[in-house]
Amino acid sequence: MGLTEQQLYLYLAVSAAMFTIGTIGVLIRRNAIIVFLCIELMLNAVNLSLVGFSRYWNDPAGVMLVFFVMCVAAAEAVVGLSILIAIFRNRQNVRVTEVNLFKW
Amino acid sequence: MLHDIFFFVLSVLGIASGVGMLLNRNPVYCLLMLVVNFFCIGGLFLILHAEFLAAIQIIVYAGAIMVLFLFVIMLLNLEVEAREEHHWDLRRISGFVLGLIFLMELLYTFSDIQQFSSAEEQIANFKYGKVEPIGKALMTDYLFPFEMISVILLAALIGAIVIAKKHK
Repeated sequence: MGLTEQQLYLYLAVSAAMFTIGTIGVLIRRNAIIVFLCIELMLNAVNLSLVGFSRYWNDPAGVMLVFFVMCVAAAEAVVGLSILIAIFRNRQNVRVTEVNLFKW
Repeated sequence: MLHDIFFFVLSVLGIASGVGMLLNRNPVYCLLMLVVNFFCIGGLFLILHAEFLAAIQIIVYAGAIMVLFLFVIMLLNLEVEAREEHHWDLRRISGFVLGLIFLMELLYTFSDIQQFSSAEEQIANFKYGKVEPIGKALMTDYLFPFEMISVILLAALIGAIVIAKKHK
């Protein structure tokens, strides 16, 4: 049987809570690796809400979108981690507050 | 009933591990907390009958991507963040307040759930969680995005090698 509206709301609430945890982490943490982990958490929270909607409407588009989001997240993680390695090689730390060359 | 119990346990564990990741100062512990969170989200996919995505979540996310993060943390040999003098400085407080305001906005938006509703389309069983319909959809309706994903992965591969390479 499909999801009721209350169940969909619960899934969306859990997804919103996880997304908010990721947002707070991006705002308050200084370590760039932890900021990356929080971004991954936000991507997963959105995936959860997409699967919930997909189940609610019995539509394949949500599941497909989650599949593509996972692929793009893998690519993003690889590029981001290599940028972190490049930053670490220059400065010996990855604190985001000290990487301020482009900051006005 | 069983669905509700599993949903409650998995969501509480997922949110608790997320908060643990937020508050822990050791990067390795943060990463392990995030792996617990990914397992919980995989379990939620499972009780939503998206079995393929649950398997992908565990294998690709909790397996491959998180091990990649762990490699980088070990490689960079990051120290545990020192406890600061002003532990609750303005940046942290404003971050928490902004986050809570954001959560309230999201919950308020979702609470008007009628705007999502399309009551005539409540079909009995969800058939898009299995591998076969997903594979068929990937090879027919979503063929172009599927091919573009391979281009994106190739670009990420080349970009990562070029960026992380040591310049002589």
